[in-house]
Amino acid sequence: MNGAPQVHYLNVDYGIRSWLFTTDHKRIAWLYLLSVTLFFFFGGFFATLIRLELMTPQGDLVQAETYNKFFTMHGVTMVFFFLIPSIPAVLGNFLVPMMVGARDLAFPRLNLASWYIFILGGLFTLASAAAGGVDTGWTFYTPYSSIYSNSHVALTVVGVFVTGFSSILTGLNFVVTIHKMRAPGLTWFRLPLFIWAIYATSIIFILGTPVIAITLLLVGLERVFNLGFFDPARGGDPVLFQHLFWFYSHPAVYIMVLPAMGVESELVTAFARRRVFGYSFVAFSSLAIAVIGFLVWGHHMFVAGQSVHAGLIFSLLSFLVAIPSAIKVFNWTATLHRGSISYDAPMLYALGFIGLFTIGGLTGLFLASIGVDVHVHDTYFVIAHFHYIMVGGSVMAYLGGIHFWWPKMTGRTYPEPVARVAALIVFLGFNLTFFPQFVLGYLGMPRRYHAYPPEFQALNVMSSAGASILAVGYVLPLIYLIWSLRYGRVAGRNPWGARGLEWQTPSPPPTHNFDVTPRVVAEAYAYDKEPEETYEFGSPSRA
Amino acid sequence: MNSAVPAAPDAFEVRAHQFEDVEQQHHASWLGMWVFLATEVMFFGGMFAAYAFYRVGFPNAFAAASNRLDVTLGAINTAVLISSSFTMALAVHGGETGRNKAAIRYLLLTMLLGAVFLGVKFYEYHEKFVEHLVPGPAFRFEGPHAHPAEIFFSLYFAMTGLHALHMIIGIGLLTWMALKARRKRFSPIYYTPIELTGLYWHFVDLIWIFLFPLLYLVGRHL
Amino acid sequence: MWQNLPLFPQQASTMAPRVDALFFFLIALSLFFGLLIAFLIVYFAVKYRRRPGYERGVSIDASIALEIFWTAVPFGITMVLFFWGASIFLDQTQPPVGAIDIAVVGRQWMWKLQHPEGQREIDELHVPVGRPVKLTMTSEDVIHSFFVPEFRMKMDVVPGRYTTAWFEATKEGEYPIRCSQYCGAQHSGMLGRVIAMTPADYQQWLGGGATGVSAAQAGQNLFQRLGCATCHKSEGGSQGPSLAGLFGKTVKLQDGKSAVADEGYIRESILDPQAKIVAGFQPVMPTFKGLVSEEGILQLIAYIKSLSQQERTAAK
Repeated sequence: MNGAPQVHYLNVDYGIRSWLFTTDHKRIAWLYLLSVTLFFFFGGFFATLIRLELMTPQGDLVQAETYNKFFTMHGVTMVFFFLIPSIPAVLGNFLVPMMVGARDLAFPRLNLASWYIFILGGLFTLASAAAGGVDTGWTFYTPYSSIYSNSHVALTVVGVFVTGFSSILTGLNFVVTIHKMRAPGLTWFRLPLFIWAIYATSIIFILGTPVIAITLLLVGLERVFNLGFFDPARGGDPVLFQHLFWFYSHPAVYIMVLPAMGVESELVTAFARRRVFGYSFVAFSSLAIAVIGFLVWGHHMFVAGQSVHAGLIFSLLSFLVAIPSAIKVFNWTATLHRGSISYDAPMLYALGFIGLFTIGGLTGLFLASIGVDVHVHDTYFVIAHFHYIMVGGSVMAYLGGIHFWWPKMTGRTYPEPVARVAALIVFLGFNLTFFPQFVLGYLGMPRRYHAYPPEFQALNVMSSAGASILAVGYVLPLIYLIWSLRYGRVAGRNPWGARGLEWQTPSPPPTHNFDVTPRVVAEAYAYDKEPEETYEFGSPSRA
Repeated sequence: MNSAVPAAPDAFEVRAHQFEDVEQQHHASWLGMWVFLATEVMFFGGMFAAYAFYRVGFPNAFAAASNRLDVTLGAINTAVLISSSFTMALAVHGGETGRNKAAIRYLLLTMLLGAVFLGVKFYEYHEKFVEHLVPGPAFRFEGPHAHPAEIFFSLYFAMTGLHALHMIIGIGLLTWMALKARRKRFSPIYYTPIELTGLYWHFVDLIWIFLFPLLYLVGRHL
Repeated sequence: MWQNLPLFPQQASTMAPRVDALFFFLIALSLFFGLLIAFLIVYFAVKYRRRPGYERGVSIDASIALEIFWTAVPFGITMVLFFWGASIFLDQTQPPVGAIDIAVVGRQWMWKLQHPEGQREIDELHVPVGRPVKLTMTSEDVIHSFFVPEFRMKMDVVPGRYTTAWFEATKEGEYPIRCSQYCGAQHSGMLGRVIAMTPADYQQWLGGGATGVSAAQAGQNLFQRLGCATCHKSEGGSQGPSLAGLFGKTVKLQDGKSAVADEGYIRESILDPQAKIVAGFQPVMPTFKGLVSEEGILQLIAYIKSLSQQERTAAK
């Protein structure tokens, strides 16, 4: 175990071809890591421009048309090319086979194909940005997107459409792997909660993504071939588009946050060194979120002219979907009780996640309260709310997860002190950026505003100042993680003393993950036991 | 791991490395295909939802527009596709029992029927083009329902077009299976690919079974 | 810049205090749960910090009672919120009887409004304090949204259909109208203002600069000019159904169904006359699409509404 281990997945082969044609899920995870990081900074670049423009009320940095392209490119890139693939495609790809004790995903070549499809979709979107950008907002509302916009809608829509298939195939791969390839003894209720979360996410990928794919295809057909689906001049209903769009795009919010919740469960248990409180409640709440999440799309249309009854039903269901999230927060908090808590950087991200996600979730109640939503709908209140969920929640968990599994992925540890500082900077910068936006929203500043009344300036300047702090917090990990690849300490098999199956194999793992197929004989997170009491590596074959 | 698998002629490995045994591999592939078909249901489901929404909104216009479709050709195509499902089932049976020659024969027959379907479809599209029923500036529809009729024809082209695209992909898969059969790959222990291709083909037929009455027969039963 | 830091919008409509009450309750609730979670995290994180001799946590299995407790409590709270929010929403969506009927047409990037008395305004809306105002809205191009933050009122304005909203101003003053649905390049420049005046001032404003032609009269003129009256005569036996007393009634249709003759129905009957044929009539009416503007249709509707009112007063 000690002394440089032998051959592992990183040094088994060298050269660009060995990466571009790999079918190893761990290497594909790296391909995704590199590409979503690029997209993250691409989307972040537009966020920077947005915050710069909003420093002053007049809208004097760029033209309105240009600004509209900025927020559209920011939204499209961050949602479809960073948040949706981030945890599932990077951490999910790396961890799902290892956590279930398999040698790879069920369909490794399909997995590689998913990455190429993702890149192809990304290239379409980058091409549309290079050709002059798109100005519809990431929601592509008709009839603006299908008839009135003069920007490169079709190219972008094709990019998102293509990328959707990457999500679908990744979800399919995960579902089959989790169903059919679990190690002997690894029953459903012994699975790590990350796997439950990924499973729930995959269901949304499989059932939701095709709907947005076809919807955007219809918009593209309307635009390019003059077909009429949502065109009011031909009797079409633009609100139908919103129904189809949100049928996917609301569950997509859970695509972004469910895997983050899975990461959270892993981090909290590992750094509190105790079993998660209420395992089955946390597990089933993931499924409940995935299922109820499909029934709440109409709360995006409370003021879009849908019937009063529909509004009331969607309001009720939206409240119900809040409950499983609350259950999770309470269980994570209870997991800290009588734990043995250390404050390594991943844990700081995990604790930050609980705080920010709680704020995001509670402000979600404001939006589900239909009478209040009428006022705050489509204002900065909504912007602040979903950034608390997606950036405060998902990105915090993603960074926490990257730090936590970095030693497993690379065999090296990152520098702990600077990582803790970076985590604090992200937390502070985030709150300064987005908290003022709640106030702005209630004051009545609509979203997608290029210029705004002067009395909103102070809050906007605060937000922009916070964004610059946040940017520092995001660039720091990029630097020291790359630094650690060469100069980091050698990590060893299990630097955190964690109990997951992925920690029972060398770091970095061998290509086939486990030299012998493990047998699982105890529940997950058995911190009251030694790892040897949970996993058996004795027999060379299953059964 | 289980060495009960007899080596195929050109030392072809039936079990992929990530699986423990052939049985697990078969189950995984089978589940994967069903999951894929579930996504296909949702994919077409989005259009069926739009169709339902507008049909409720414009019942008379949809009936009038539907009468402009050629029911005879649609019925012929339905018969062709149902026959192709039958020949596909025979091809799968040939693969499962290791009779690769029979499999090739029925695969070719299925492809032929698929091509006939596409040919008829192409002829119908041509007719619609000539009759100015393709949505856009050239669209002409006499009578009071011109605008909703344009929506009907938009849905018609989108739905049948995507179905036709699935048929073309299906014919591609059949070609691949025929090449496999020519190399005598299929045997009672290895037939998953042809079985799953069959599943896909039946699914595409099933979509048409829904499309035909919804598009061609709306006006007939009003 | 810093001396001007508002944290809360004015309350200037009857609905504003009600929305704000729920908003403040939600803030109190959020503070309670947010601080509770934050306190527990900090408290546990300090009390159970890892230290020599305490390297492992104590695993406790779930407590079913606790799980039920923290499922039931959020459920109860959310149901309170639901009913509270729903009761506000029901009032937000139902304009009181006797509201002033304002026609609103949105387009890139302006608001066009017309009062029942005939006054037309662009990007400005004069209203009296203390009287409900109902907006019947549609768009000529893309989706817009009519948002008056001080009234806590917002409704999307959708092409091809009518949406309605209402408010009752409680304080004199000028309140901004902002478009809150992204509508293209000048979205943030699509601004207007509501000017709430005392009823006396409003009457004076209505009197001054008036065209003398009410919306209903303008609709009547249009009705004549388009030749509608040739078929839609008020006496029976004509080619089209009589429109007198039609508005708000339930109409029997040829296919056995029925429809309520509201704004949307009349709009559809003008633009797509064959969609709903009244029982006993032939589908002979041509479409008026392209012949009459959205504002014109709203005037025609005002005229048809006025026919019902005339009938009601005649009956009295």
